[in-house]
Amino acid sequence: MGILDSKVPSGPLADKWTKHKNDINLVNPANKRNIDIIVVGTGLAGGSAAATLAELGYNVKTFCYQDSPRRAHSIAAQGGINAAKNYQGDGDSNYRLFYDTIKGGDYRSREANVYRLAEVSGNIIDQCVAQGVPFAREYGGLLDNRSFGGVLVSRTFYAKGQTGQQLLLGAYAAMNRQINRGKITPFNRHEMMDLVLVNGKARGIIARDLVTGAIERHSAHAVVLATGGYGNVFYLSTNAMGSNVMAAWRAHRRGAFFANPCFTQIHPTCIPVSGDHQSKLTLMSESLRNDGRIWVPKRLEDAQAIREGKIKPTQLNAEDRDYFLERRYPAFGNLVPRDVASRAAKERCDAGFGVNKTGEAVYLDFASAITRYGKEQAMITGIKNPDEDTIRKLGEQVVEAKYGNLFQMYEKIVDENPYKTPMKIYPAVHYTMGGLWVDYNLQTTIPGCYAAGEANFSDHGANRLGASALMQGLADGYFVLPYTIGDYLSEDIRTGAIPTDAAEFEAAEKDVKQRIDRLMSGSGTHSVDYYHKKLGKIMWNKCGMSRNANDLKEAIDEISTLRADFWQHVRIPGSADSKNQELEKAGRVADFLELGELFAKDALTRNESCGGHFREEYQTPEGEALRDDKNFKFVSAWEYKGEPKDAILHKEDLIYENIELKTRSYK
Amino acid sequence: MKLNLKIWRQKDAKSKGQMVDYPISGIEGDMSFLEMMDVLNEELITKGEEPVEFDHDCREGICGSCSLQINGEPHGPDRRITTCQLHMRKFKDGDTIVIEPFRATAFPVIKDLIVDRSAFDRIQQAGGFISVNTSGNTVDANAIPINKHIADEAMDSATCIGCGACVAACKNASAMLFTSAKVSQFALLPQGQVEAIDRVHHMVRQMDLEGFGNCTNTGACEVECPKGISLENIARMNREFFKANLKG
Repeated sequence: MGILDSKVPSGPLADKWTKHKNDINLVNPANKRNIDIIVVGTGLAGGSAAATLAELGYNVKTFCYQDSPRRAHSIAAQGGINAAKNYQGDGDSNYRLFYDTIKGGDYRSREANVYRLAEVSGNIIDQCVAQGVPFAREYGGLLDNRSFGGVLVSRTFYAKGQTGQQLLLGAYAAMNRQINRGKITPFNRHEMMDLVLVNGKARGIIARDLVTGAIERHSAHAVVLATGGYGNVFYLSTNAMGSNVMAAWRAHRRGAFFANPCFTQIHPTCIPVSGDHQSKLTLMSESLRNDGRIWVPKRLEDAQAIREGKIKPTQLNAEDRDYFLERRYPAFGNLVPRDVASRAAKERCDAGFGVNKTGEAVYLDFASAITRYGKEQAMITGIKNPDEDTIRKLGEQVVEAKYGNLFQMYEKIVDENPYKTPMKIYPAVHYTMGGLWVDYNLQTTIPGCYAAGEANFSDHGANRLGASALMQGLADGYFVLPYTIGDYLSEDIRTGAIPTDAAEFEAAEKDVKQRIDRLMSGSGTHSVDYYHKKLGKIMWNKCGMSRNANDLKEAIDEISTLRADFWQHVRIPGSADSKNQELEKAGRVADFLELGELFAKDALTRNESCGGHFREEYQTPEGEALRDDKNFKFVSAWEYKGEPKDAILHKEDLIYENIELKTRSYK
Repeated sequence: MKLNLKIWRQKDAKSKGQMVDYPISGIEGDMSFLEMMDVLNEELITKGEEPVEFDHDCREGICGSCSLQINGEPHGPDRRITTCQLHMRKFKDGDTIVIEPFRATAFPVIKDLIVDRSAFDRIQQAGGFISVNTSGNTVDANAIPINKHIADEAMDSATCIGCGACVAACKNASAMLFTSAKVSQFALLPQGQVEAIDRVHHMVRQMDLEGFGNCTNTGACEVECPKGISLENIARMNREFFKANLKG
């Protein structure tokens, strides 16, 4: 096992978490009042952790770069949250959710963590309903469910197309209750610039007040990083503009291992890129694949005619369309997992069947669903022999009730009515399964430094299933960390407040200030965005949906060169001691320029295809991912040693005691 | 297209601000309004000037960060969208566009187009929650059946993104629509009944303390709200407030 100890408890899979909770140490309520915890990031994982830890009695400080915790990017999650409630009676269970998640992740996640996730999933829904989260309901007043990719049951709970928003506002409300009691002190518009270690333990952070530019020291007995993913290393992604890897990367530089950086999720249904000015990409929820059918024309000449605007997609008959997911994967059809759907769309577009000007788009068509729902509504409302217009109108009403906000968003961006003409979609970077390596307790390789939600690596393997990110964020924050962190803090009941005048804080603050000075003193040739866009292009072209050894080697060299150029020639106007958005961006891009190289190095090391990591050299004759369990059934955990090229690989072997490793098939 | 931008520039909270003219060209209809601002900022940086600062994050209309007053309207001329979802195809070649921060006493300017909306957080902290512990030890989610229409109505209130357009649109800079959306969400749901009296009292008191104005029912807030939060919420909050005063 080497230096990576996953600390998975012994005993049968289904009993591990209960047994662990019974075995770990507790901190008594009077002592909790003397213990401080810093939570960085206030999305679902950070917000729920902060609220729960404060409620238990710890003194919590939260940090977010946004002006309010409510704006963390969890807010943008659309489709839903999974839970093994089996309310639909369709055969769901904790085991099945566990199994689907492991299989969906292409057998590259840790069994015990994933089982615990499934085990607490039901509690999340109970908790959120108690908090007043307005989930969608059926006419009988009970909760409604829908289906997501890669599963054969309906276990996804949702609040229109704004599930992330409603869950985050629930966690934010729980935080507000604790802020009102004085148990949480929020530091909004603050960014973590470094992690401070005292005697090898995480004991605080250095933060920058983004309004005044002041560099501040904050101490605590433990630090939780819930700072999301690093998808913005690609420049264009569905992440928020400010989403960044800085906190996680700073921790990595201080000794936290970074796991599986190359495991990135490219989401199949996003609005295609429209031009060079593009600043971000917009997701169209996976829930749309419940009712939308994905297709391209069967004949190349039809695809060309569509691209040239000579014919409209609605003019093509069913037999002239290639519903390629239904054709290739009859068992799961349009609801195959995201990695599979994205690659299939890319394959068709690369073969010349793309349907927009750039040739990088496929159709997501709701015509069949509108007709189906329209007929059903006509039956329910007692309309006999309805004409086509009536069916269409009734069907559109049903679709609007389900996905109205998504259709509106699409229409505003693309200027086309998706009720009348099929949506055009293309894959885009959406989520990162990789992140800080954590053990079963969610502790990184730095004692006292924890990572939760998308910031850690543990639950989704090489591909995340839809509606599982919200589940993991809240599971980590509400139900896992509050227990495991107490075990660690039980040794700190006599420590007393951590002084911020210690030499370690002094040194870390000095490092931060020097780094800012270096950024401000670039020769001033190019803007931060210039470098970020260049990095994004390298990442997308050479480390994107499909990768090969040659491209990856080139990417490593190109990123390394770009990074050196950035530090010499970046131009940051204004001053460091005031509000300065260019300086904020520069710090984040500087870290992406290091992470990007490690990402490519990780992808180059993993000589197999699994989940979202598709290496062209390793595929079946049908073009499916070819996994190599003999040589790569491990987590890559990288240790920082200066330049990314010097990073040292540690391997955590993944042990499957409860699931048989199989070739993943959705056919 | 070519445009003439008139933008509010203000160094920091203490400095005096002013409108500055920025002619810009090469803008395409497919660009979002904020991407147009990106183009401007890239030009300013190249020229060695300081870029215009504005709040933005998700750029898909849900985080509520963006907060521009465009030609006198919060989030600009289109309806039911935030600034980040506004596209340049709504403008014509040669147009003059006036861009200011959201204006209200309770939203002081931090820099350029960025305002401090922490008053909204404090209103929520005063009572915008249900006091249940997050232990998960509660009843099964389906033990509380809720009428679908009522649940949907609560959801409509809950979609508020806290951007502040309602305040910026109101001649009194009232925060009634924002506050009432949260009061309504919980007033409609059975889970919210237990603390209903305290909630409306505390939230309204905080709203007044922050210096927001009163509601005079002009309805501008509803028109400008990117999420279509209805005036009915304000009526419901008034009823809740009245009921709370009667009860205690």
